[in-house]
Amino acid sequence: MTREIVIQAIISGLLMGFVYALIAAGLSLIFGLMEIVNFAHGEFLMLSMFSAFWFWALFGVDPLYSLPVTAALLALLGLVVHYGIIRHILRAPMLAQICATFGLAVFLRALAQFLWTPDFRTVIHPLVEGRVEVLGIFLGLPQIVASVGCLMGFTLLYVFITRTETGLALQATAQDRQAASLMGIPTDRMYALGWAIGAACVGVAGGLLSTFYFVFPEVGFQFALIAYVAVALGGFGSILGCLLAGVLIGLVEALGGLLIDPSFKYLIVFGLYLAVVFFRPQGLFGRF
Amino acid sequence: MLKVSDIEVSYGDYQVVWGVSLQVDAGEVVSLLGPNGSGKSTIFNTISGLLKPKAGRVEFEGARIDRQPSHQIVRRGLAHILERRRVFPYLTVRQNLWLGGYHPEARAHRVETLKQVYELFPRLRERESQLAYSLSGGEQQMLALGRGLMSRPKLLMVDEPFLGLSPAVVQEMKDAFKRINAEGVSILFIEQNVQVALSMSHRGYILESGRLVLEGESEALLTSAEVKRVFLGG
Repeated sequence: MTREIVIQAIISGLLMGFVYALIAAGLSLIFGLMEIVNFAHGEFLMLSMFSAFWFWALFGVDPLYSLPVTAALLALLGLVVHYGIIRHILRAPMLAQICATFGLAVFLRALAQFLWTPDFRTVIHPLVEGRVEVLGIFLGLPQIVASVGCLMGFTLLYVFITRTETGLALQATAQDRQAASLMGIPTDRMYALGWAIGAACVGVAGGLLSTFYFVFPEVGFQFALIAYVAVALGGFGSILGCLLAGVLIGLVEALGGLLIDPSFKYLIVFGLYLAVVFFRPQGLFGRF
Repeated sequence: MLKVSDIEVSYGDYQVVWGVSLQVDAGEVVSLLGPNGSGKSTIFNTISGLLKPKAGRVEFEGARIDRQPSHQIVRRGLAHILERRRVFPYLTVRQNLWLGGYHPEARAHRVETLKQVYELFPRLRERESQLAYSLSGGEQQMLALGRGLMSRPKLLMVDEPFLGLSPAVVQEMKDAFKRINAEGVSILFIEQNVQVALSMSHRGYILESGRLVLEGESEALLTSAEVKRVFLGG
């Protein structure tokens, strides 16, 4: 095994890590805000990939160009889900909340199969394709674009949450809803905003993923699983924790796949997760 | 200024407030007294819109507010400071205060109000960039009060402001109340200690098991035998 291969794995892992981080950030934002786990998060990702795919297949618009539209569509989906479902189960028992978002996941996946069949599809000849060689290391261009795009999305989200008036109001609502409403913060609207932004994060990630990943109704599952691990690893509700955990998972996955066996890579990811849960149950940046 | 008429409040089937009426006039300091579980906080939550009464009405400056959401009520100049401070733990002192002035009417005067709050509690300025959870109990109470003041209230409602504070801090809070009231802000507060409450207020209301049992000038209440019965069970 050469040094190049290891470096190659590390960089690939990092690239994928930023994508995981943005997906996890969307999930974490919603959880942190209202303590509801969106079990349909993977299906949101799947829909955003299909959105990018159909823009390409039907109108010849490259996923990179349709990215703002995909993100906006997902934000709209987030709003519809919030006002249509979540708002009605806010005070319901936790089991009802789990069933609601899990049911939504099953519904969306079945709907995608019904409308678009279970076939695997790909965007052929996207705007950015091929790979580059840097010092003997080969990197896929779409992967680089997706990674940089997700990192930018993540940075934007972080700045929004920590530096803007509305972002602070979101944090306040997450930390103490009653106190926030007594400051004049419309907490219902903050919840809706949280869903819109959380879904838009997935929209960005999915749009970018569609340039190098298969698009099919089940595609969300594995990404969602990794996102749940990232959120737990980083600490529930911590956005910065998602970045660290996402990158960590990306690295472990790539290096583990290389050093042991690719078919065991998830075993190592979940092993790492278990270790953290044992020794630091609140996650790396967790407050709970 | 504030007029509460015959409110009845329940949690599900369990009624905790029975036909309570009370009033606060402009410039007044009024205390709401009563043993644990007598419904004091519930009444506060109903006034500020966190809870809806099932009967009765709440009026503030002549307008009915008991059907309005809390984030609308605060805009009228009614600030409610919750029991146990409830500062935003993972935001800084400054961010907490800044959010206190979130609603449109307060937002225009934020910088100026912040300066006033820092003058009232210089300690908060020293702790400006600390996360709120790392403050001491007394500092958190100052922060909670300061955050409420940031909304530029005409009526300040404070739920148990002295709970768990050291005597020195209690004195500091009392002085702050005096200064706030001297600026023309009315104050309605909850307190379990009869002496403390009545020595600080013009008038008092005494609550027992969700019903008002006594009201009047603080001086008269201090010597009342009925007050002793409620609090000492005599």
